[in-house]
Amino acid sequence: MKRKMQILLNGIFKENPVLILVLGCCSALAISVTVKGSLGMGAALTFVLVCSNMVISVLRKIIPDKVRIPCYIVVVATFVTLVQMVVEAYVPTLHKSLGIFLPLIVVNCIVLGRAEMFANKNTVGDSFFDGLGMGIGYTMVLTAMAIVRELFGAGSLMGVQIIPEEYTIRILAQTPGGFFMFGIVMAVLVWGLAKHGKKFEPKMGCDECGGCGSEDAACAVEKEAKAE
Amino acid sequence: MNNDLIVSVSPHYHKQGSTTQRIMLDVLIALCPALVASCLIFGWRSLLLTVFSGANCLFLEWCWNKLMKKPQTIADLSAVVTGVLLAFNVPASMPLWQLMVGDFIAVIIVKMLFGGIGCNFVNPALAGRVTMMLSFTGSMTAYNPGVYAGGVDALSSATPLAVINELDFGSFMTLFLGRHGGVLGETCALALIIGGVYLVIREVIKPTIPVCFACSVLVFTFLFNGFHFTQAVLSLFSGGLMLGAIFMATDYVTSPMTRKGQIIFAVGCGFLTTAIRIFANYPEGVSFAILLMNLVVPYINDGTRTKPLGGVNA
Repeated sequence: MKRKMQILLNGIFKENPVLILVLGCCSALAISVTVKGSLGMGAALTFVLVCSNMVISVLRKIIPDKVRIPCYIVVVATFVTLVQMVVEAYVPTLHKSLGIFLPLIVVNCIVLGRAEMFANKNTVGDSFFDGLGMGIGYTMVLTAMAIVRELFGAGSLMGVQIIPEEYTIRILAQTPGGFFMFGIVMAVLVWGLAKHGKKFEPKMGCDECGGCGSEDAACAVEKEAKAE
Repeated sequence: MNNDLIVSVSPHYHKQGSTTQRIMLDVLIALCPALVASCLIFGWRSLLLTVFSGANCLFLEWCWNKLMKKPQTIADLSAVVTGVLLAFNVPASMPLWQLMVGDFIAVIIVKMLFGGIGCNFVNPALAGRVTMMLSFTGSMTAYNPGVYAGGVDALSSATPLAVINELDFGSFMTLFLGRHGGVLGETCALALIIGGVYLVIREVIKPTIPVCFACSVLVFTFLFNGFHFTQAVLSLFSGGLMLGAIFMATDYVTSPMTRKGQIIFAVGCGFLTTAIRIFANYPEGVSFAILLMNLVVPYINDGTRTKPLGGVNA
C-alpha cells in the first residue's frame, strides 16, 4: 500500500505533469481562465487518464510493440468520447466553456505520455494510482492558476463577482495572462526547490523514454552511448 | 552587477568615467524637455504620474532586492528610467493603481525575475505598456485633449494617427509641438528630439537606430500608403514613434551590438510599425514593433558577428 501511495503522490508533486514533466500545457493555459472550467477539465482528464491507464496496462502484453501508439489512441479516444457525451448531456454549460479542449484530450500529452512511460510497464493497480495522481496534479495546478486569473482577471470566483469589473486586470483573463501565470507558478516552484537545496529538472530525458524501437539517429546514438 | 566590465564590439573605445548611473542620469535629463512639454500640454497631473511611476519602480526594485537578499541595485537609476518612460506612455487621466500594475510588470516580471539590469529580454517599459494596453484599454486610450488644444478641432478628437487621413500640412506645427491629445511623453516631437540630440552629444546613444527607424517608417508609409508624401511626413511626428525610436529602441540590453545589426533592427522596427499602423487593428504599432524586434536581437547579434582583423570566415 505504501508503494501505491508513493505512486499517487509522485503524480501530484514529484512528477507533476504540468510543472515538472511540462506536459499538457496547451489545455492548461487555455482552460485556466475560470475555476469552474479548470475543475471540470481536471475531472474529465483524470477520468480518461485513470481508465486509459488501466486498460492499456491490462492489454500491455497483447498490444504489439510496433503499433502500440495507434492502439493507445483508440483506447483513449473511446474514453474521451464517453466523457464528451456525458458532459454534453448533463453539464452543457461546461461543455460549451471547454469547447475544443474536451475532444483534444485524445491527443493530450499527459494521457499518451503516461501510457508510454508508465502503463505499458506496470501493473493495473499501479497504473490506476499513477493515473489518479497525475490527474489530481494536473487539476491542482490548473485550479491554482485559475483562482488567480479569474479573481484578478474577471473579478470573480466560481462565477461569483467579488471585485468590481473596473478594478480587474483584464490581461490575466486573456491568453498572455495564461503565459504570465504559468511562468510565475513555475518560477515559484523552482525557487521553492532551490530553497530546499534541490535542482529543478524537467523529466523528459531518454531515461523516461520506453523506446519506440526505431533506429532514429538521435535515439540510436543516445542508446549506443549508454551501452558503452 | 559589476560595472567595471563593458561588453562591446571592436574598436574598444569608451568614454572615460561612463557608468550605468551616469548613463541613466543622462537619459533622465534627456527626458526632462518632454516632461516639461507634457506638463504644459496636459497640466500638472503628468508631473504627478511621472514622479509617482519613477518612485514606484525604484521602490519595487528595492523591495525585490531586500526580499531576495540580493545586493541593492537601485543606485544605478535604471528603475527610475523605466518608471518615467512608462509614465510617458499613459494618458494624463490614467488611474494611479493601473500605473502601479504596469510598473510591477515592468520591474518585477520583466526585469528582476530575469536577473535585473542587463538580463531583461525585452524593454521593461514597453512590456509594461503593452500589458496595460491589453488590460486597461479604456483608460490607456482616453487621449484627452491637451489644455492648449483649443481651436484645432481635427486634432482634439483622437490621437492623430486615428484621424491621419483628414490632416493637411497646415497642422504640421501643432503636431510637431505636440499640442494635441495623446499619451504624456509622445506628443511633443520637438522636446523628444532635443532630448535625443542631448543623448547623442553625450555619447549615450548613437544616432543609428533612431534615424534608421524614423527613415524606414517614412519610406514604408510612403510606399504602403499610396505614395502620399504629406502623410508619410506626418506619420513621423505622430503616435509614439519619436519616443520609441529615441528612448526605447536604443536600450542597450535589447538592441544589437554591431552597427549592421542595429540597422537591421531599426529597419525591422520601422517596417513592423508601419505594417501595424496601416494594416492591423491597432492604431499604433511602435511598441509592438520594438518588442517583436527585441526578441530577435540575439539572432541579429549572431548573424552580424564581426570578423576579427585578419581572421577567416567561420
